[in-house]
Amino acid sequence: MSDLILQMRGIGKEFPGVKALEDVDLRVARGEIRALMGENGAGKSTLMKVLSGVYPRGDYTGDILVDGEVCAFSSIRDSERAGIVIIHQELALIPQLSIAENIFLGNEQTGPGGVIDWGRTIGAARTLLRRVGLEEDPTIPVSSLSVGKQQLVEIAKALSKEVRLLILDEPTSALNEAESDNLLELLLDLKAQGITAILISHKLGEVTRVADTITVLRDGRCIETMAMAAGAVDEDRIIRGMVGRDLDHRYPEHTADIGEVRFEVRDWTVDHPTQAGRRVVDQAGLQIRRGEIVGLAGLMGAGRTEFAMSVFGRSYGRYVGGRVLKDGKEIHLRNVGDAIANGIAYVPEDRKELGLILDEDIRRNLTLAGLRRLSRRSVIDPAREAVAAEEMRGRMGVKSRDIFQATGDLSGGNQQKVVLGKWLFAEPDLLILDEPTRGIDVGAKYEIYVIVQRLAAQGASVLLISSELPELLGICDRVYAMCEGRITGEVPRAEATQESLMKLMTMTKA
Amino acid sequence: MNAIRDVLRNNARQYGMVIALAVIMILFQILTGGLLLRPLNITNLIMQNSYVVILAIGMMLVIITGHIDLSVGSVVAFVGAVSAILLTGWGLPMPVVVPLALVLGALIGAWQGFWIAYVRIPAFIVTLAGMLVFRGATMIVLGGESVGPLPRSLRGLASGFVPDVADIGLHVLTLAIGVLAAAALVWVQWRTRARNAHYGLPVASLQLTMAKSVATALVVMVFSYTLAVYSGIPVVGLLLAVLIVGYSFVMNSTTTGRHVYAVGGSEKAAMLSGVRTQRTTFWVFVNMGVLSALAGLVFTARLNAATPRAGTMFELDAIAAAFIGGASATGGVGTVIGAVVGALVMGVMNNGMSLIGLGVDWQQTIKGLVLLVAVAFDIYSKKRIGFGRSRAAVRSTSDSPPSEQTQEHPTEPARSPSGI
Repeated sequence: MSDLILQMRGIGKEFPGVKALEDVDLRVARGEIRALMGENGAGKSTLMKVLSGVYPRGDYTGDILVDGEVCAFSSIRDSERAGIVIIHQELALIPQLSIAENIFLGNEQTGPGGVIDWGRTIGAARTLLRRVGLEEDPTIPVSSLSVGKQQLVEIAKALSKEVRLLILDEPTSALNEAESDNLLELLLDLKAQGITAILISHKLGEVTRVADTITVLRDGRCIETMAMAAGAVDEDRIIRGMVGRDLDHRYPEHTADIGEVRFEVRDWTVDHPTQAGRRVVDQAGLQIRRGEIVGLAGLMGAGRTEFAMSVFGRSYGRYVGGRVLKDGKEIHLRNVGDAIANGIAYVPEDRKELGLILDEDIRRNLTLAGLRRLSRRSVIDPAREAVAAEEMRGRMGVKSRDIFQATGDLSGGNQQKVVLGKWLFAEPDLLILDEPTRGIDVGAKYEIYVIVQRLAAQGASVLLISSELPELLGICDRVYAMCEGRITGEVPRAEATQESLMKLMTMTKA
Repeated sequence: MNAIRDVLRNNARQYGMVIALAVIMILFQILTGGLLLRPLNITNLIMQNSYVVILAIGMMLVIITGHIDLSVGSVVAFVGAVSAILLTGWGLPMPVVVPLALVLGALIGAWQGFWIAYVRIPAFIVTLAGMLVFRGATMIVLGGESVGPLPRSLRGLASGFVPDVADIGLHVLTLAIGVLAAAALVWVQWRTRARNAHYGLPVASLQLTMAKSVATALVVMVFSYTLAVYSGIPVVGLLLAVLIVGYSFVMNSTTTGRHVYAVGGSEKAAMLSGVRTQRTTFWVFVNMGVLSALAGLVFTARLNAATPRAGTMFELDAIAAAFIGGASATGGVGTVIGAVVGALVMGVMNNGMSLIGLGVDWQQTIKGLVLLVAVAFDIYSKKRIGFGRSRAAVRSTSDSPPSEQTQEHPTEPARSPSGI
């Protein structure tokens, strides 16, 4: 490994009060796929921002060498000129523009006089799309593509800049299994074409599948770099490096104390909010008992989120039919207020958009759904609120300066704990969790499982929506599978395997 | 010392505006050779700016929810015109006309709130339409002419004073009210402190609280003495005090206020937390309508006539006041006191520049620049707080996830209110 495309030496970066990176060394060989792993807040994204010029030279310490020469990038443009392109977790495409326009945005194919040469643009776009394996007309708008395909457009855009080192920040976090597979294959393909890649990911499975070497970061330091070829690398070793301790069990032990049926949904049917007649949830029904953690498995587009949100006070789609029963009696949930009053809580999938008010502090976010408990005749008692918020922050283990810190400043795991805390504060009988551990590191995941199990042990019912089958098998007592808006089956924990669930999840209408 | 620094740092934005107001006042006090802070002029300041303050309070709520209202100037004119006709043409007594005017304002607010909250037309467009509709309606109602003079009863609203109990050359009631107000404020400070201590929350040191109380009492007493030397408390002054205290209380201490902030901060998150977001938005606009009507009454009373061009550009004064007072263009941020301070900044500058004989041309130019500088300063100071002493030169890319380190949300490229 003498041919290094990239060397980062002694990189340090400080934010006020926090050392985000400290003396990090990273050496990447030409043509390899390097995985960068670590808990949230370990410094992965910061390191990549240093590399791509988001933080200009002078904002960090240490040297960056590309092809053995010291480089000083003062902007993303500079790093792109050196062939380093970063694709962020949140895609940077403009939905209204066409695929071709997006690919050449800021890099337009112009003829004489700065006029865009559309023939060349579309032709080149078509070639690039073929390289990433996307069979789409380059003139259609990006908004009509699925997230997975948009990701491919991003890669095509990177290729158009003659990328030599491609950085992907959690590229598969929003993709379903098939799309993820496709993307990983593409990475291997690009590797064969001589493109080096740095892959930031939380998913151990995909990392061990495509990476040549794995670098683990923890608390802003480089912990170790392991070569996959050596054969000594397994998932447990990576996790150990990330959290700095052994995780004997990725899922906490729990013995369920399950009571009678608490909630029941019957024949729940919902139409798409704007496309009339498009059935999103089709006669779905399930039962949840007291103290039980019930899983809801399904591929993307199966209608799980739609089902949960429409039950939660009709906050999604157009209600067509169906009933919700609590303790055998029908309850009417016309809005979110009704749902909360009936003891239902919903922790949404998209915590930044739907779960939190990022400008507001931890305290106000924690108490928003439970203000009734802190107020008399709608006047809030500020001291009681502060005490309650502080108590919940402690119970959730939110790492922050105090309860007056804006939630936008927190890491993903801590944000999720605040959203969870908000709903625990409302003391729900039924807690619906929608992908509660997406984009969260292993340590925080474990803490969240413990919190959820404790809640169930106290008698609450939990409905857990997740795309990670091991997670469903790890902590649920029973799992329902959903496909095309219908519940396609129900498996108790003892009988559930990934294969049996996947079969149900893909059981389309004949 | 640390405690003081903490207090200053945590409230830098709020104090920043107050300090800016103080600086502007001192500047004009010097430039006008002491005219600005004369008792007569202080009273004038309150009366001249009362309707802008009223509008600014309502506008602050609208901006906090992430909307904007361009129609308030026209609503002021329309309600003023209708009231003037009811009083002079129909000969209705003032106690009947005032409630009618406020109801009319509420209906106008409900009309606009309906389109904004339930039909989801951007507020910018709905209220732009409202601006034209109600300006036109004013002209129709007035037939293109001014209506006036108005009965004494209404004029008292804008130019009257709270009567005194005894005549000794100094307004005794004003001083008494001043003492009561000071006592109430100090009491609230100490009660909050005792409560926090009771719950084991951190409290400021005894000395600091004491100093704060003395300062509060001193400011209130000096202010009421200044008023007492002239003619006492203007009726609108009392009205403003009630509005400021009332709205501050609602926004800070009630679930309603919390819901308004939540809707502005993230409408979807608020909805999924059980906040009736559409209803909240609707009522914020009804409230704006009522306050516009109130401002319309005060302004018409002050002018002693309803005119077709009344209230032109008031919406811009109110919007400027809210932004100078710390509102965020993306919603979710702002305080009632901020709006009042913002309105006072504008008012003192108007007054001061008029006193030193600056023409309207220059006044407009300078006010525009002050608005820009105030908001720029606000954004700059927010950055400083977030990044401590480090250079605030970090290029923030709006697509970077805020999960790995501190992020500056308020400084992201602003999503302009209601999609301007």
